[in-house]
Amino acid sequence: MTDQTSNAGAVRPQTSKAEKSGLFGLRGKDASLLILVAILTLCAPFILNPFPEGSAMAQFNAGYPDLMQRFVIFGIFAIGFNILFGLTGYLSFGHAAFLGVGSYAGIWSMKLLTLNVIPSILVSIVVAGLFSLIVGWISLRRSGIYFSILTLAFAMMSFALAYSVLTPITGGETGLQLKYFDPRILDGALAEGTTPRANLFGLEMGTSYELAVGNWLFTFNAGYYIAAICMLAAFYLSIRIFRSPFGMMLRAVKSNQQRLNYTGISPKPYTLAAFVISGMYAGLAGGLLVAMDTQVGAERMFWTASGEVVLMTILGGAGTLIGPVLGAGFIKYMENIVSTINKTTLEGWFAFMPDGLSDVFVTIVYPFVGKGWHLTLGLLFMAVVIFLPGGLVQGGQKLAAMFRRDKSGTGATKAAKE
Amino acid sequence: MGILEVKNVGKRFGGLQALSDVNLSVKEGTVHAIIGPNGAGKSTLLNCLVGKLIPDTGSVSFEGQSVLGRKPHEINQMGISRVFQTPEIFGDLTVMENMMIPCLAKRDGAFSISAYGAMMDDREIVERAEHMLEDMRMIDKREMHASSMSRGDKRRLEIAMCLAQEPRLLLLDEPTAGMARADTNNTIDLLKEIKETRPITICIIEHDMHVVFSLSERITVLAQGTPLVEDTPDKIKGHPKVREAYLGEQSGH
Repeated sequence: MTDQTSNAGAVRPQTSKAEKSGLFGLRGKDASLLILVAILTLCAPFILNPFPEGSAMAQFNAGYPDLMQRFVIFGIFAIGFNILFGLTGYLSFGHAAFLGVGSYAGIWSMKLLTLNVIPSILVSIVVAGLFSLIVGWISLRRSGIYFSILTLAFAMMSFALAYSVLTPITGGETGLQLKYFDPRILDGALAEGTTPRANLFGLEMGTSYELAVGNWLFTFNAGYYIAAICMLAAFYLSIRIFRSPFGMMLRAVKSNQQRLNYTGISPKPYTLAAFVISGMYAGLAGGLLVAMDTQVGAERMFWTASGEVVLMTILGGAGTLIGPVLGAGFIKYMENIVSTINKTTLEGWFAFMPDGLSDVFVTIVYPFVGKGWHLTLGLLFMAVVIFLPGGLVQGGQKLAAMFRRDKSGTGATKAAKE
Repeated sequence: MGILEVKNVGKRFGGLQALSDVNLSVKEGTVHAIIGPNGAGKSTLLNCLVGKLIPDTGSVSFEGQSVLGRKPHEINQMGISRVFQTPEIFGDLTVMENMMIPCLAKRDGAFSISAYGAMMDDREIVERAEHMLEDMRMIDKREMHASSMSRGDKRRLEIAMCLAQEPRLLLLDEPTAGMARADTNNTIDLLKEIKETRPITICIIEHDMHVVFSLSERITVLAQGTPLVEDTPDKIKGHPKVREAYLGEQSGH
């Protein structure tokens, strides 16, 4: 699950199976999906900045590095969670623990070894993988609600430990930051007072290139592209897992464990493997969070963070390939954009109305934006779960089906007229 | 020596002696039925054979190897497949995928992590699954979701999945329970066909005497946790003890 293996996986099929299957061993639809996602992520700085600077709509622009990084990082987190929850049906309620452990491991690698992000991300993945092996080995003794509670207990234990007892390792309440006097045995010593910055062979994560076209400003950030490439690799790997015999076994676990057992297959190693894989995805996400913003706090492991990834996956569509990424993007957009709308902005929007009326509208809308964005999210979540149990992906499919019916319908009427 | 040897098996649930001193020998290549009134311990016995329950006393051996202490999937890998009273299939998967899983289990064993190749690129498994579906005349349903099939088709699929593993012993737990007459007859025909075309031993637990007498070569009658008699169907029909056990049950209704 490291970058290395996923790259190796991407290269191998070209030599052995290229004649049978298309892009990197993916079949038609999957290959198109991967290409689509690749184009969208690589062009995100354009797509997410549709409004010119300084316009009234500019605050809906999401194309700034910090938010774009979060889109792809939490996309990775949700993709990994979906491999466990979407395929096997085991609902882990403690996945943020692996993200947090990955982050701590990553920052320690930057403190002790080097500021280069590659070793740091690898360490994050490995440590999170080992931790999830332990947690999974114990929690998977139970299934259903008991499994969820066990994982939740582990995550809250990790949070409590990181917050208090393990302060020497985790920095407790203040968390961990990089300091210029950290040992960093592979790098040279930094000058006193300089701020250590994560880099990829000298390319700092914060480096951005700004492109101004008319009133528009597009930012291309090094950190974002590194995270985006990780997400594409993670996404590619998840497609491969979904389509593989292993993925089919995971779906079989969800469907009927009894039959699986009496077909000579033990579900336990499959669920454990899925658990560790998704733990490593979480570790990758944690490592990337540290690479982008070199600090960690224990609140990253709090149960609300675990709940958030569940929401992302279900909102987007559990068990679908693209759903988790959509869900992650949706929630992070709400969290960062809708929450910035304040009373003044609202008053600006409704200024064209007569005084009394605009006040009424502001009062009605206000609870749903700004700090009330959770309310909007909650309502949307309820609507999705009730009307679209398959998540946003199902919504998209329904829309597509409707359009197709319309087309064939108009085609038929045309034919009838002729 | 039969393919399946059950010796002095006893099983107790709290105050209830479900099985006591059960001896049973199933000869290779035969169809052996286990019948008995409700609560006779038929299902308990079956669960002891497949590792779902562990008997308190006695031994169970398959092809000379003890099955006791092994997990269900290990016993299955030894060559025993089981058909359930209500068809247990992978409802969320397509018929084809349902069929591929036992083929994979047969080839790769209890656990193999291959996330590398796409499932549908595995020609060997795809061909085996298709061949099996053709054999069972289900190939036209290959893309259907298993849960959307009729009860009879689910049963047929479940039996097909068991056969795909090429087991030496097939255990059937009331395979026609809750089925319409037509489906029951189809299932009987299917089992007859299997018996004629495959080198397999079948052990069947059944309530429906029509099914039992049209299929089996040997019958063991179980009553109150112990075997009453074991004989050929013709002799069982006229056996006074059997009549007593069944008449006794019927008069109670």
